[in-house]
Amino acid sequence: MARRTGLIGRKLGMTRLFGESGTHIPVTVVDVGGNFVVAKREAATDGYSAVQVGFGAAKPKNVSQPMRGHFAKAEVEPTQRLKEFRVSDDAIVDVGAELSAAHFLEGQLVDVTGVTIGKGFAGAMKRHGFGGLRASHGVSVSHRSHGSTGQNQDPGKVFKGKKMAGHMGARQRTTQHLEVVRVDEARGLLMIKGAIPGSEGGIVYVKDAIRRPTPKDAPMPAAIKSNAAQAAAATSSEPAAPEGGEA
Amino acid sequence: MNILQQIGQEEIARVTEGKAIPDFRPGDTVKVNYKVVEGDRQRIQAFEGVCIARKNAGIASAFTVRKIASGEGVERIFPLYSPNVDSIEVIRQGRVRRAKLYYLRGLRGRKARISERRRTVKPT
Repeated sequence: MARRTGLIGRKLGMTRLFGESGTHIPVTVVDVGGNFVVAKREAATDGYSAVQVGFGAAKPKNVSQPMRGHFAKAEVEPTQRLKEFRVSDDAIVDVGAELSAAHFLEGQLVDVTGVTIGKGFAGAMKRHGFGGLRASHGVSVSHRSHGSTGQNQDPGKVFKGKKMAGHMGARQRTTQHLEVVRVDEARGLLMIKGAIPGSEGGIVYVKDAIRRPTPKDAPMPAAIKSNAAQAAAATSSEPAAPEGGEA
Repeated sequence: MNILQQIGQEEIARVTEGKAIPDFRPGDTVKVNYKVVEGDRQRIQAFEGVCIARKNAGIASAFTVRKIASGEGVERIFPLYSPNVDSIEVIRQGRVRRAKLYYLRGLRGRKARISERRRTVKPT
């Protein structure tokens, strides 16, 4: 099965839409405007197939000289984020192309990866859903503690992996099978049903749902934005880099 | 206006197309015609009572209507822009000095009356 590239986006926040029969649809709005293909990896040269996508305009002064060369080679503006998406051999996108939000279809299922909101050092109740101790009957000071951590002289140790208090959140997590409710190609927005990992303004990766079939009419290898690039992609494999770079 | 508010405004424009939402405030008596689906049949159910609260939050705006049904106080919260809210009629305008009339919950009968607002500040 063909595996397409994903898009990098910025989580803008949540709102609601109204469905056909007056139902509320909670949606997360993700800005996926300005996804450029910066490099590609091919099985023949690199041993695997992938598309390196850049997202978010970066000031050139904040981009190192070697990275500036890397972007110049692809003829795209420097971006803040780079991410390689593993793709199947037939889904490699030409370097320089700008990917559009229309890459995903309304109604299709996607997986969204992001870094969850950091909770700091959290207790066992918040971190693992422990019940804590009683509010009365002699419990003193330790109402939110985790209680016992093990047995006695035998085994005489706390087993590894014991759930305890500790750092929570700020980890990369993927939420699977989220429905794309609406695609706004002009503004480069995706409206995805439900919550996605991360804070507002955080970077997220949106991919086709890995455990569900990709819709057959999804653009292959990807939805490319500028018309010139689209025409070039349709006629030959010649990259339409300058248009993509300036857009 | 940020992009989320913009999306909300567009969604409001989409769902309120060909529909007028009257101006009403807390204290006003309103009649809400609400679409109810029974099996595969759809009918309109009216809920008439005093609007005791309004929540202004763009697309998520809502209002609370309270009435006394067979001796029991009943409150319903309606999303202002829900397609299921067929229409809203303002029956009577009331004069109140609070934005949220939660104090009505503790009052019954004559004490729960609201005097009428004669002058409409914003003619609709």
